[in-house]
Amino acid sequence: MSMDDDRRLDGNAAAGLLGEIFAVDLTAARCCCGGCGATEQLAAEAVYAAGPGTVMRCVHCGHAMAVVVHGGGRYWLGVSGMTWLEIPEPAPA
Amino acid sequence: MERAAVLGRLTWRLAEVAEIVPETARAATLVFEVDGWPGHRAGQHVDVRLTAEDGYQAQRSYSIASAPGEPHVRLTVERLDDGEVSPYLVGELRPGDRIEIRGPVGGYFVWEPGGGEPVLLVAGGSGVVPLAAMLRRRIETGDRTPMKLLYSSRAPEDVIYAAELDRLDGLDGVDVIHTFTRSQPDGWSGYVRRIDEAMLAAVAWPASQGARAFVCGPTRLVESVADGLLAVGYGPAAVRTERFGPTGGEG
Repeated sequence: MSMDDDRRLDGNAAAGLLGEIFAVDLTAARCCCGGCGATEQLAAEAVYAAGPGTVMRCVHCGHAMAVVVHGGGRYWLGVSGMTWLEIPEPAPA
Repeated sequence: MERAAVLGRLTWRLAEVAEIVPETARAATLVFEVDGWPGHRAGQHVDVRLTAEDGYQAQRSYSIASAPGEPHVRLTVERLDDGEVSPYLVGELRPGDRIEIRGPVGGYFVWEPGGGEPVLLVAGGSGVVPLAAMLRRRIETGDRTPMKLLYSSRAPEDVIYAAELDRLDGLDGVDVIHTFTRSQPDGWSGYVRRIDEAMLAAVAWPASQGARAFVCGPTRLVESVADGLLAVGYGPAAVRTERFGPTGGEG
């Protein structure tokens, strides 16, 4: 699988979509790939947003870590491809 | 680890175009009045949503060009000929028009004054936009962080913010270094190639100074620069990257 096509974005581009669902900024979270075990901040992972859903792939091995599909008044969030997320506590307001 | 910004509920807001400033033949800065804008950090972006008369919607991310202390929210958008959104934003939009934006979003590709470590900014094309916001933030806060901007463009006429960058270059603690990959100004004695490891070795702050780097541009540039920075001694945690999506994406 090639990850070097023109449609490749990164986790920064998923900030708005994730912000619709989560109260904290997940792009600053660290996540662990369920395929190869590499950890990265979510903003640095590869993101493909051109299809019917948004797919986040491990920037090291290409493993599909998470999928978000939005439609019909719902969000489907699949996270079987990551083992954990480390989410920084929000700064005090 | 950096703390995430507090986010309220992410809502769409109306943004009215106050002014449009041409930057290059393909890029323009859109100056917006945004009711209830919550403020942002240098390097963050917004989502822009356009709605057609038949209800069709298209959405893209764009980096914020303005510094947080500026009175308006400014976005610099490059027109992509096969794009769906950017040809409208750069070409059709007029002062007084209103579009929807939401944000700011993204707490990763963000620079805050006060750290003290030298900062290397590396831009390809319109990837300069969030990096310019960081430079402007440094200037408006009087911060003394040493900053270098290494900016790769095809030709001199493609340089966004050219006059401003000329003005900033040589200010105390700020250096701007251009490389032109296709055509150069007359008498140019600077870099004439894509950014490579040798260029980074010559330009980048030594990693031993605790330097950090922000890299924004097309995927190929971001990856080769990130690899090059690792090769000259930067640790992975010292390098933050943003691929082109947020400043253009699929246009």
